Amino acid sequence: MNTPALKDWPLWEVFVRSKQGLEHKHCGSLHAADAAQALHMARDVYTRRQEGVSIWVVPSVAITASNPDDKGELFDPAADKIYRHPTFYEIPEEVGHM
Amino acid sequence: MYTQAMDIPDDSGKKLAAVSNAPSEQEAAFEARIDADGRIEPQDWMPEAYRKTLVRQISQHAHSEIVGMLPEGNWISRAPSLKRKAILIAKVQDEGGHGLYLYSAAETLGTSRDQMLEGLHSGKAKYSSIFNYPTLNWADVGVIGWLVDGAAIMNQVPLCRCSYGPYARAMVRVCKEESFHQRQGYEALLVMMKGTDEQRAMVQDAVNRYWWKCLAMFGPPDADSPHSAQGMRWGIKRISNDDLRQKFIDATVPQAKVLGVTLPDPALKWNEARGHYDYGQIDWAEFWNTVEGNGPCNKERLATRVKAHNDGQWVRDAAQAYARKQKERALKEAA
Amino acid sequence: MSTPIDYLLHLADNAVVLGQRNAEWCGHGPILEEDMALANVSLDLIGQARLLYQRAAELMGGDATEDKLAYFRGPHEFRNYTLLELPHHGALVGYAAADRDYATTIVRNFLYSALMVHVWDGLQQSADPALAAIAAKSLKETSYHLHHSRDWLVRMGDGTEESHARAQAAVNHLMPYTEEFWTTSPAEGAAVAAKVAIDVWALRPAWDALVNDALAEATLTRPNFHGYITEGKIGLHSEHLSYLLGEMQGLARAHPGATW
Repeated sequence: MNTPALKDWPLWEVFVRSKQGLEHKHCGSLHAADAAQALHMARDVYTRRQEGVSIWVVPSVAITASNPDDKGELFDPAADKIYRHPTFYEIPEEVGHM
Repeated sequence: MYTQAMDIPDDSGKKLAAVSNAPSEQEAAFEARIDADGRIEPQDWMPEAYRKTLVRQISQHAHSEIVGMLPEGNWISRAPSLKRKAILIAKVQDEGGHGLYLYSAAETLGTSRDQMLEGLHSGKAKYSSIFNYPTLNWADVGVIGWLVDGAAIMNQVPLCRCSYGPYARAMVRVCKEESFHQRQGYEALLVMMKGTDEQRAMVQDAVNRYWWKCLAMFGPPDADSPHSAQGMRWGIKRISNDDLRQKFIDATVPQAKVLGVTLPDPALKWNEARGHYDYGQIDWAEFWNTVEGNGPCNKERLATRVKAHNDGQWVRDAAQAYARKQKERALKEAA
Repeated sequence: MSTPIDYLLHLADNAVVLGQRNAEWCGHGPILEEDMALANVSLDLIGQARLLYQRAAELMGGDATEDKLAYFRGPHEFRNYTLLELPHHGALVGYAAADRDYATTIVRNFLYSALMVHVWDGLQQSADPALAAIAAKSLKETSYHLHHSRDWLVRMGDGTEESHARAQAAVNHLMPYTEEFWTTSPAEGAAVAAKVAIDVWALRPAWDALVNDALAEATLTRPNFHGYITEGKIGLHSEHLSYLLGEMQGLARAHPGATW
């Protein structure tokens, strides 16, 4: 009674562009036998309320993620580079918006 | 729906107390993040018990959505108007979608959907006991939307702030979609209450059968709820069973009045001092009996899920075999 | 104006009956993702039926409504293709019971949507502007149904030994019912004459090409037709429709005059 189920249907990550001009955003995952099917299924699962105008699917195994342990060395060094932000610079008010 | 009695113990839950032998430094960092109301993501270190509790809770939730398709699905073919038929299909379909989002969230914890389904199909994993009651007349569909989904929303909204990122994000999605479920149910009942005597009787009958079951949906009283404290500590559970139950009752009584139905509890009355409604005794023996598998529909629900899964095996195999062949063909062409 | 109404009812009955059939899978699909897909197909079809019944009711006037047309007409008044009322399994009598077979579901959806993409396309030029608008909307939906069912047809045909056998059995079972597409009913004839409908016969080469191409890709063979041509669209149905309608209409008919 217990047969192997989805064992061979790989997992896909789904990215949906909600409207023209915006980026694709991760919205979840699903199982599908191949990419074409994953696209179809993503449409049926993740865009039932007109959430999208374009879909990407990516095999979950193809994603390489950064290691949380490296968070310190990867991201903290950016913290003190405040001169990268426009608010770092004071401009006389009469110059107006810049 | 349909979180609710999420802290119903099952086999995996029994090992919850196992002490993790992780380095205390990681544990401390984890605890600190929880205390700061931060989010835990799949790749972060987490205590084994946290992982297990989450898998149990999320998969129970997912199973509830999937099994929950059946009682309402029971009326799709007989919906009394095309509009109601379309609404009901869309709603039952949403529940399937919610199950899917939740299985996906649980999969980020390293448990495959196969394993979770295996747990459901073997009877090891639990699902919300509310779905072990039959839907006997068309008004049950409306009452499930109004009361069962209403109770579920009480549970689900706080889970959008749950400490585990993928679960919280899935719940945001679920809650967004869920808001139509309760409203459509209530509206369908309103229309029936304005209709014939027979229609009104159907609504009252459905309310009578579902009211107490819905109160039990929030799970055992806090005093008897072994997992609650730890769940609260971890930010997996945000509000206690009893508090949610009270909140639900307080919100529902005025809705029942507008609808014109009687809630079947003579003890139900406003308590000025508490600022809440008092209510009668829930039949916990009956609740546990159903949780243990002896409710009116447990066997049918489970067997139906198992059958759908087994009958679908050849379809899943076909898609897989085809994908494999296509891959081989592409490789051959490239060679 | 009675002729276009009959034709609208033919289109609407097709949609509601197949929508009803497809919805039977809700909660029982082979995989959750597919449950979602089939529910979408069903919702599209019921949506089409509603628009078509509404248009018919509008033309009929009086107290006609979409639900009166869907729920208070008997099997002999339904004008759908017999193909669409069949249960999701092989040839069995009306009161026999059998497991649902997904190959039957897919093959039927494929054969029907392969026709309807052409029908809706043509109906965009209907002399009835309301029907033309419904056709434009339905065309998009049906194109997706065709995509979905064709994709599965190929996967089943060119999948495993079992799926191939099941798909072939479903093709053998259902293909004869498609002969009904190519006869002309009085309602169709009149609607064509009024330029409300298009001549389905003219669509046959395009349909054949679509079907033959998909069957070839699916490594399936097309059976030769010989035998009885069904006549559901003039109200002569199989034994299965009265069961389908009995279930669908029972509650509504138990409370005539009630609103839901």
